[in-house]
Amino acid sequence: MALDDAGQNVTTGATEFDAVVIGAGPVGLFAVFELGLVDVKTCVIDILGKPGGQCSELYPEKPIYDIPALPSVTGQELTDRLMEQIKPFGAEFVFGERVDELQRREDGRFDLKTDAGRTIVTKVVVIAAGGGSFTPKRPPLDGIEAYEGASVFYAVRRMEDLRGKDVLIVGGGDSALDWTLNLAPIANSLTLLHRRDEFRGAPHSVEKMRALVAEGKIRLLIGQMTKVHGDNGVLEAVTVKTADGEERVVANAMLPFFGLTMKLGPVATWGLNLNENLILVDTEKFETSEKGIFAIGDINWYPGKLKLILSGFHEAALMAQQAHKYVHPNKKLLFQYTTSSSSLQKKLGVK
Amino acid sequence: MVKLTFIQPDGASQTVEVEAGLTVMEAAKLNDVAGIEAECGGACACATCHVYIEPGWVEKTGKPADIEEDMLDFAFDVRKESRLSCQIKVTTDLDGLTMRVPAKQF
Ligand SMILES: Cc1cc2nc3c(=O)[nH]c(=O)nc-3n(C[C@H](O)[C@H](O)[C@H](O)COP(=O)(O)OP(=O)(O)OC[C@H]3O[C@@H](n4cnc5c(N)ncnc54)[C@H](O)[C@@H]3O)c2cc1C
Ligand code: FES
Repeated sequence: MALDDAGQNVTTGATEFDAVVIGAGPVGLFAVFELGLVDVKTCVIDILGKPGGQCSELYPEKPIYDIPALPSVTGQELTDRLMEQIKPFGAEFVFGERVDELQRREDGRFDLKTDAGRTIVTKVVVIAAGGGSFTPKRPPLDGIEAYEGASVFYAVRRMEDLRGKDVLIVGGGDSALDWTLNLAPIANSLTLLHRRDEFRGAPHSVEKMRALVAEGKIRLLIGQMTKVHGDNGVLEAVTVKTADGEERVVANAMLPFFGLTMKLGPVATWGLNLNENLILVDTEKFETSEKGIFAIGDINWYPGKLKLILSGFHEAALMAQQAHKYVHPNKKLLFQYTTSSSSLQKKLGVK
Repeated sequence: MVKLTFIQPDGASQTVEVEAGLTVMEAAKLNDVAGIEAECGGACACATCHVYIEPGWVEKTGKPADIEEDMLDFAFDVRKESRLSCQIKVTTDLDGLTMRVPAKQF
């Protein structure tokens, strides 16, 4: 299941790593830094098309005031700065893929599988999955689940599948507008449904959409869905409540774009000890009930846990100490400061 | 103290007393009002603190700002009297404010 904004991967195609970090939120990103300092090569995987987790997806423009030494930094700025800070370590990033399976191998390492069929072997796993994997919001219409995958799509994998269909697109943001513009030429009919006659999306997309409406190529309907009609997963129509009453809109394909929400998802099935959907860890190493699998950031729980970015950063630092022991069992780890250690500075590329 | 009343979809009503200065969402969470999820903690980033303002109060609570309207796009069954409760500041003017909690917060 790739999300609509799944980006381009910058991968070398390597399949073996010292560590895989699941989740590219702020805490997963900082884990790359701490692991890098102790010579652990990482690969980061996120279902989103870009780094930053909640910070870039939910509040890119809002200021955060409790990052030490940054009196005010927006969610996007924090993400950009973290990406800059971890650059020297050359981590591999896999975006737009969800880690579905996690299994220990006979040699003690782990096999990870993504929903795109990618398999990665790693010595340690760092779960930095935050509030869970970002998942498109499902409109709360009775029975809509039955149509998902057959007539209701939260992302478009192949445009060709929608050729000749009566398409209903719901929403007022960029995804709704972009798909309206892309699908208008190939759909049999296209209706864009939004609750108000104002759109959050990019102004030039709004203009183009309005032009198509004026030319009679698509229909813009202001209202809200109240009911889906169809049979056996095949959508036939949707009831829409408008200012003038109710209307039945014929559609055999529906694309609802109501944003993303976080769902724990596959993490729950990996056999780790949980506490109310959070992964239990110790507070020395932030290791889970399975040796070699760590959990840091919003996804973990221990007595006194605070879901704060700064707490996640601290967890990443302690996790890395233990990860080093697994990855380099014969190497002694010296405690060093980045200010004074020439070997750390070399890794950071500042010497 | 300011009194706020929340009416659940089944008609059950709960009146809470809070200090001015909080948001309506915070007032609801502090008093465990059911159906107000407020996943983002009041940042106008989740639309799960949606309420319907009772007739007669809409003028006092005012209109949603643009960012709130944008976020309301992500709420379900949005009506003219829809607001995101984290965007309403409790003032003494709102003493007696009555709201309905929607059946679903998405
Ligand atoms: C509106 C708002 C305001 C906030 N303000 C503050 C603040 O002022 N200060 C503060 O400290 N904190 C704040 N927070 C909380 C802060 O954003 C979180 O604590 C932080 O994002 C947690 O980081 P994380 O890296 O643990 O997880 P997240 O940021 O949640 O990132 C986790 C990532 O993992 C991915 N993922 C999960 N499962 C999988 C999987 N199976 N496969 C692939 N990818 C997966 C997700 O897609 C996501 O991108 C705020 C949160 C919100 C919503
Ligand atoms: S609490 Fe998230 S929008 Fe109000």
